[in-house]
Amino acid sequence: MSETATETVLTILQNDFEEIVASWISTQSDEGVQRIDLFSHKEGREQTSGLLRALISGIEKGATGDRFDLSSDAWVDLRSVLVDVTKERSSRGVSPSDMASFVLALKAPVFYRLKDKLAKYPTNLVEEIWFFSRVIDAFAVYCAEVFIAERDRIIEQQRDQMQELSTPVVELWDKVLTLPLIGTMDSARAQEVMENLLETILRRQAEVVIVDLTGVQTVDTQVAQHMLRMAAAVRLMGAQCIISGISPTIAQTMVQLGVDVGEVTTRSTIRSGLADALNRVGYEITKKKDH
Amino acid sequence: MSSASAIYFVEGVLLVAIQEDISDTDILDLQEALSERVVDEAARAVVMDISALEIVDTFVGRILAQLASVSKLLDAQTYVVGMRPAVAMTLVELGMDLPESKTALSLTHALRDLRGERRG
Repeated sequence: MSETATETVLTILQNDFEEIVASWISTQSDEGVQRIDLFSHKEGREQTSGLLRALISGIEKGATGDRFDLSSDAWVDLRSVLVDVTKERSSRGVSPSDMASFVLALKAPVFYRLKDKLAKYPTNLVEEIWFFSRVIDAFAVYCAEVFIAERDRIIEQQRDQMQELSTPVVELWDKVLTLPLIGTMDSARAQEVMENLLETILRRQAEVVIVDLTGVQTVDTQVAQHMLRMAAAVRLMGAQCIISGISPTIAQTMVQLGVDVGEVTTRSTIRSGLADALNRVGYEITKKKDH
Repeated sequence: MSSASAIYFVEGVLLVAIQEDISDTDILDLQEALSERVVDEAARAVVMDISALEIVDTFVGRILAQLASVSKLLDAQTYVVGMRPAVAMTLVELGMDLPESKTALSLTHALRDLRGERRG
């Protein structure tokens, strides 16, 4: 393949810039790819011409023919534009296949122009098409990668947020903390819960901790063991642990599993757990006479 | 007695402050010195402040447990106070939950508890 294989493509892209942008956009709308419901015409146009400019600069920097490699320095502008466009579009709900189709839609306008220019030179025509095709395909793949990476990042972020939300340690009263557990517990989460709880005990100098299991549907041996380990660690720090909200099902499971709660105080409801906790730090709940 | 720990005698209670950089020999020395002091002073309790301790291993954990058992034989209740979260987690993971010791958040809490016992 000759070094000049991309010359015609480059000339076409430079000379017919506006037409190609227009044609690219119209191809997108023909194929139903242009999501005008998700972003405006103006934005679409800006993104499209931005991409095309970066593409031209990449080719100008000599990323031609055999040496084509999207990860090379010549394509740095294009990669950053692709990342921006992909992030922008994916954050608005454009699917990865729409995104790929959007990039691939550039083929048609360029191919038709190549055909007009090189009708008499079939060998060159094939070479140019082959080159341009590879470039565009690589872009489409790159877009998909960016899309996936972006989605992974969001999932990670959401998981962290959920984990934080799902293990709140609440100061119910002076020296009394509660840890309402919800959902399913696994080892990683149990570990995090324990760390969080112990740190809070230290910070607040809490004397009693109520670990409430009302929102926990089932426990297995591992989780039960985690609970007990947590209670033991709480005791080692010098605070007391009350486990409340053990449902009949969980109680039965724990007995069947042979889990020995030892000296850990258990209460059936958070209500009695709270009464007990307040009692231990020197308060008493009394009812007003009139009520 | 090395400087890695200090023993004070207050209100019939032996207060032990353990430093962050306590070594294995230091803690063995401490065990011996403390046993002697419990008898000499006829202490009713030993309060060990380990809030400076950032990490524990099985050795230190075992000595802490032994200190409690020895004191108990000599008729003094042991309190371990100010344990850090990381230390608590490690000891629990190692299965050393110091069953012979009482625990408290701080020295103040332990002394309050001891005085309460005396009143009661």
